[in-house]
Amino acid sequence: MSRSATASLAALGVNPASELTSTTTDQATGRVLPVRGELAGLLPWGGLRRGSTVSVGGSTSLLLALLADATADGRWAAVVGLPGVGVLAAAELGVSVQRLALVPQPGSDPGPVIAALLDGIDLVAVACPLPPSLARRLTARARQRRAVLIAFGPWPSADVELTAESVRWNSLDDGAETLRRQEISVRSGGRGSAGEPRRVLLSFGAEEIELPLVAGGPAGSDEPADAGPDRADELATRRATTWGRPA
Amino acid sequence: MKDTRLIAVWSPDWPVVAACTATGTAAHVPVAVVDGNEVVSASAVARREGIRRAMRKRAAQAVCPELVTFEHDPQRDARYFEPVAEAVEELAPGVEVVQPGLVAVPAQGPVTYFGSAEQVAECIVDHVAARTGTEVQVGLADSLFAATKAAHRGVVVPQGRTAEFLGPLGVHELDAPELVDLLRRLGLKTLGAFAEIPEKSVTTRFGGPATRQHRLARGLPERPLDKRRPAPELAVAETFDEPVGRIDSAAFAAKVLSERLHENLSARGLACTRLGIHARTENGEELHRVWRAAEPLTPRGIADRVRWQLDGWLTRERLTSGIRTLTLEPAEVVDGTALQLGLWGHDDERAVRALLHVQGLLGPDGVLTPVLDGGRGPKERVRLVPWGDERTPVRNPDHPWPGRLTRSPATLADDPAELEDENGVDVGVTGRLELTARPKKLVVRGRAREITAWAGPWPVDERWWAPDPHRAARVQVQTNEQAFLLVRRDQRWFLEGVYD
Repeated sequence: MSRSATASLAALGVNPASELTSTTTDQATGRVLPVRGELAGLLPWGGLRRGSTVSVGGSTSLLLALLADATADGRWAAVVGLPGVGVLAAAELGVSVQRLALVPQPGSDPGPVIAALLDGIDLVAVACPLPPSLARRLTARARQRRAVLIAFGPWPSADVELTAESVRWNSLDDGAETLRRQEISVRSGGRGSAGEPRRVLLSFGAEEIELPLVAGGPAGSDEPADAGPDRADELATRRATTWGRPA
Repeated sequence: MKDTRLIAVWSPDWPVVAACTATGTAAHVPVAVVDGNEVVSASAVARREGIRRAMRKRAAQAVCPELVTFEHDPQRDARYFEPVAEAVEELAPGVEVVQPGLVAVPAQGPVTYFGSAEQVAECIVDHVAARTGTEVQVGLADSLFAATKAAHRGVVVPQGRTAEFLGPLGVHELDAPELVDLLRRLGLKTLGAFAEIPEKSVTTRFGGPATRQHRLARGLPERPLDKRRPAPELAVAETFDEPVGRIDSAAFAAKVLSERLHENLSARGLACTRLGIHARTENGEELHRVWRAAEPLTPRGIADRVRWQLDGWLTRERLTSGIRTLTLEPAEVVDGTALQLGLWGHDDERAVRALLHVQGLLGPDGVLTPVLDGGRGPKERVRLVPWGDERTPVRNPDHPWPGRLTRSPATLADDPAELEDENGVDVGVTGRLELTARPKKLVVRGRAREITAWAGPWPVDERWWAPDPHRAARVQVQTNEQAFLLVRRDQRWFLEGVYD
């Protein structure tokens, strides 16, 4: 790509992957939406960069966890084409559900619906299968509107692919225990990740989960948003050794 | 639809009546009330002389030189209207003031009591005239808008025929000048013609506010009927060290308390459409009045109504002492987001517009927003309401809900399932809430999985408020790879969710 082309792309807010570094400035200026610590380590920008497309596979919890910090930070999210999405689980994972809109049935022509959402909603998660040409157009739309498109399932032009390799829970003790602690092993790849695949262990529910009583206050997440990947990894490992099975 | 029937009691030319009462102006004098330079109300005598609403003051005086004009004063309108509201309340409880000159009251009670709607209307007209000397007209219909239009004409609209009644009326009956103008240019001259356009097209072409007018034209309530009362903690109260007995101190108290109420509501993304004002005097007299507004009230709108009401009480009632305690209670709230963009910041406004756009494409039910609610199961604890609808909880989420699970499935399902023990026999739940056997196999949609561990059962009294609560229970089961939530209802297992 020629230097001038790169410059004009940069003017549009598109940067070459080499410049995609995780900086707190990006988060402060709103160019990157925050995600919880462990996930930040998987994303080349340390968060969800506006205008990017991220695909998620293998776990609905992982999809919901991506929405948590941004919605708690006052951003809006929409989930399209996922009628069975567990909103309560979303709240438990830290999503501020009062800024969550659901479009369970986008109809036979979901293109205009998703495009309209990208116009005003910061994070748009799409779970319905789309023809590749439409998917590419929506990726372009997200870039243009500075929204984050999260594809739940394969997507032809994703900048980053996050895949849950396993979802494990604390072992139920035949009536004596209940599901409390969840561990998701996530692998990142894709053209925007610039480098070899990375892996991270996401832990949820090590602390007591408090839900907001009314659909009012934002739900807190387990980790501070700015916890670096190192600290997060360390925490995840420690938790894993305390109670879980080896991942 | 029975309990949506409303009686509207309307006093024609109320600003003129209030001005004349205040000044002792005789009835045969042509009178107009002007706001700045424009006539807002004219007496019957003045109308006969050719005075119309919206006429320039100078033009009106030219048409009728002996015209007496008064400046418009909402406070005066409210002050003299309180006795009328009281007189109506003596016959029909639950009066709500819509504006000075117009009250609404649920029709069901009085109609049952007096025998027929026509009789209620007659009794109210006679009673108000006898008590206050004020001439009123009564209308009855299925929505406030229609009841008001019926009151203007002094008619009772039979149940279920509200749309038919509204159909032939002109679009100018809608209080939305820009929309009326637009509709006329499109050749839609009657409410009926406007009502025939599908709601979806109205939302897409004219935007959200027009949808509300469209509901009115169709004879539907302004908002979907919702009888739930807002949480009591939304109310604000103030006890005054020095009892309030003068208008100016009342105005100040009104302003301060209104701000507090508004903050309380907007912090929850709500706005108030019916406002209960409650006052208690030093000698223990209790005063109460509900104000009803078509639009969500702004802080200013709340303060105005509180001031008017206090003025009405302080001026007209023979209070033996000043007001000691003042309580503002939102009697009906709506989601502030869709109805009043102003409550939200710039970014939120973009989001709201995008969601309204999608509602335009898919219909109002196409975009849902979750409300966290009381209850036990992952489904009952979340209520999905169309975007823009009220989002207050129905069941108190603060209640203890035994049987609630710590974690909820990220994917919800509702599939028949089989849960079997090692011999392939159905696992049941005993009356003492124990499993009849150790579950070994889970079959959902023909796929069998081996269960490695399980937890529960937990009780599910889903319909604790219903007369016949049915027994149900939940269990969590684990396979080597996944975890599931199952529920047993009517002796059968269902997959309720997957912990993916």
